[in-house]
Amino acid sequence: MDGIKNLINNNIRKFGMIIALIGIIILFQVLTGGILLKPLNVTNIIMQNSYIIVLAIGMMLIIITGEIDLSVGSVAAFIGAIAGLFIVTYDMPVFLGILLCLVFGVIIGAWQGFWVAYVNIPSFIVTLAGMLLFRGLTLVVLDGKTIAPFPDSFRSLSSDFLPDIFGGGSLQFFTVIIGIMLSFFYIINELRIRKNEQKYNFQVSSFSLFVTKLFIITVVINLLTYELALYEGLPYVLITLIVLIIGYTFIMNNTVYGRHIYAVGGNANAAQLSGVKTKKMKFLVFINMGVLSALSGIIFAGRLNAATPQAGNLFELDAIAAAVIGGASFTGGVGTVFGAVIGALVMGVLNNGMSLMGIGIDWQQAIKGLVLLAAVAFDVLNKNK
Amino acid sequence: MSGTILEMSEITKSFPGVKALDNVNLNVEKGEIHALIGENGAGKSTLMKVLSGVHPYGSYSGDIILNGKKCDFKDINQSEALGIVIIHQELALIPELSIAENIFLGNEQASRGIVHWNETITKTKELLKKVGLNISPKVQIKDIGVGQQQLVEIAKALSKDVKLLILDEPTSALNEEDSQNLLNLLLDFKKQGITSILISHKLKELIKVSDRITILRDGKTIETLTLDEDEISEDRIIKGMVGRDLSNLFPVRNPNIGEVLFEVENWSAYHPVNSDRQILFDVKFNVRKGEIIGIAGLMGAGRTELAMSIFGKSYGKKITGKAYKNGVEIDIKNVGRAIENGIAYVSENRKEFGLILIESVKNNITLAGLHQVSNNSILNSNEEVKVAESIKSKINIKAPTIYQKALNLSGGNQQKVVLGKWIYTDPEILILDEPTRGIDVGAKFEIYKIINELADKGKSIIMISSELPELLGMCDRIYTMAEGKITGEVNKQDANQEILMKYMTEDWRA
Repeated sequence: MDGIKNLINNNIRKFGMIIALIGIIILFQVLTGGILLKPLNVTNIIMQNSYIIVLAIGMMLIIITGEIDLSVGSVAAFIGAIAGLFIVTYDMPVFLGILLCLVFGVIIGAWQGFWVAYVNIPSFIVTLAGMLLFRGLTLVVLDGKTIAPFPDSFRSLSSDFLPDIFGGGSLQFFTVIIGIMLSFFYIINELRIRKNEQKYNFQVSSFSLFVTKLFIITVVINLLTYELALYEGLPYVLITLIVLIIGYTFIMNNTVYGRHIYAVGGNANAAQLSGVKTKKMKFLVFINMGVLSALSGIIFAGRLNAATPQAGNLFELDAIAAAVIGGASFTGGVGTVFGAVIGALVMGVLNNGMSLMGIGIDWQQAIKGLVLLAAVAFDVLNKNK
Repeated sequence: MSGTILEMSEITKSFPGVKALDNVNLNVEKGEIHALIGENGAGKSTLMKVLSGVHPYGSYSGDIILNGKKCDFKDINQSEALGIVIIHQELALIPELSIAENIFLGNEQASRGIVHWNETITKTKELLKKVGLNISPKVQIKDIGVGQQQLVEIAKALSKDVKLLILDEPTSALNEEDSQNLLNLLLDFKKQGITSILISHKLKELIKVSDRITILRDGKTIETLTLDEDEISEDRIIKGMVGRDLSNLFPVRNPNIGEVLFEVENWSAYHPVNSDRQILFDVKFNVRKGEIIGIAGLMGAGRTELAMSIFGKSYGKKITGKAYKNGVEIDIKNVGRAIENGIAYVSENRKEFGLILIESVKNNITLAGLHQVSNNSILNSNEEVKVAESIKSKINIKAPTIYQKALNLSGGNQQKVVLGKWIYTDPEILILDEPTRGIDVGAKFEIYKIINELADKGKSIIMISSELPELLGMCDRIYTMAEGKITGEVNKQDANQEILMKYMTEDWRA
């Protein structure tokens, strides 16, 4: 029992935000009379927040290195605009168009990373300039107009669902099966990790605790896929998100790159003197942000089925808020990819729940502002205890 | 002399684990220049901080009596109100503000919050005249030299109606001419009845200007010498500064010294910002396998700068010179290359340059050697845990688990984590910069043992320390540095504190 208590005490921030998310979900589930968790709405929440989650993952890495990126919304808009230009106006093949957009993301990230990492200009300034620059370029590319519509194949990433190969009726069997398979792989992986740790004679958590954890996560996975199966099944964008979350979590926890990113943010001097190429790491993190901003722009343009000059407005603030609610610290060195996702979901469920209740956009903004402040205040007060 | 202006009696001040001042007595006569001298860490600066209220009343024991009245300063404003002004080693001027603004900072010539600029400028002109500085009060601090900045600090002190002026190493950053001007100014002040306390490492200039000298050692007053009565030589002062007995503070070691492993030649470097200022001058030294060499020097001698410039050119500009390992020239142009060539550097300031405080002991230990626990950049987490555990137990890091944040460890254990990090990279050459600073005696001994074991394994150790007994107790050979140059090389059997101190205070530029 003490073990669990310690576990919770040591991870109060991590669990705190998960508990807050569950609390918010229950609250709105009640307040909306059960609409919030209807299959249609769950699918909606995922799709509405997908592009913010993509940005939040990149933003988390940026904030971990002790930097900030204010330009992601403008970059997403710019990428949407050139996607429109290439694919709609020039009739380029969709695959090639998307590839070009991602290459542009790399170039934009390298541009900003260069100024931050190698010229030592504060990232706040560089990306503030980027925010204006790429918003301006968006207007130039679009000539102030909207380009629409995109071909269907372009939209599939953001709006389509995995087809049910079983040709199902009201329930998408394939999605349910994917859920079962996912939980199966998850359990096998956890068992493998545990066995490895035992091989090294490490102390592992008690078997009952281990089984409880596996059980809870398996239930959550299958409940989610079942919900989705009741509507149209698994959206492609959720598959993308899952790949990104697993991939970036792996990079941050299990690779030298991840460790170096944390080290740069934790203490750049010490990292430098330990042989970490601090400038290169910052540069890479900005390139990464560029690519994820591009992906976000592609998803958003697809969802809107148009490239518009106003796309991506205030995305940067949503992404920063998600990272901060999810446990990032502006002093750097702290935060997890999973935290950023939870942070984005907290904001997303708040948005969705309040909209369902018919609360106006004015009050929504105000309440979101207070939630952001409260999350950080909770953290600061908790640290000072 | 017209009586005592200041009497500090039985001042004792402790920091966690260290007694910085132990029953210190200081007696300053009205109108004299009183020098305060001692090794780094002898307690000079702490004593002055007690006097000026930086360490408030209650945080120390003992009495401060100024002009016959007992003073309990709670902060620096209270001591300034009575005319005690301290000018710190690091100047406290704001570069972007003008001379006039700096002089009256916190003491603005204003009524109802509105600054009277004319009055400010006029008064500044008067003050600058007194210190012999002939420049416009509107010039920004960043546009004048260090010597002139020093004079501005003094002018600022004068603006506060100073009775007792304390200067902490005022000439350490100045050239010969500026130093001379400053000292003459002090003699001028003396004629005007201003009392000064002068802290300096430069014995020659102290002997030239001061009336009496108080020597501190290990937080205790050793003696006060009067210059016109006693026949005072530099050697006499040095004897007072050192003269400590080296009992069995150091673990025994039977050195087994081999061939020359690492060698540096003609090593020069310039200041990273002010690239006209040369910091290192043709430094040459070598270290053999299994040997511990020491680098002694006073503050500002360039020891850390030397170490960091060698370790992947982490300090300085326009670095020239050659480094050899086993007689072959090696490339150490960045930290990665230095590590690949088997060099490790344990930095002087572990919190700022050594550790990632918010990370775990494990992550700190493996940071410089992650490639050893990874395959194609993918970490083997289990192997990493094993490595961290083994180093933790090998050098006895006292932490509940390897997942403890470095932040929560004691100074000695933090230092062991930094050592552990470098031990894990399996270096051949270890540069240890003040490896025992701020660590209690017990932990020091353990660190000495680790260092000895490394040397026994045939590693070459370069140890930088401000504590001469430590160097004498640990090293086989000691180099001395003064003002960026190697001024001496002494073998263990010939070395004593007097000789080292003599080389360390050598004014080779004069």
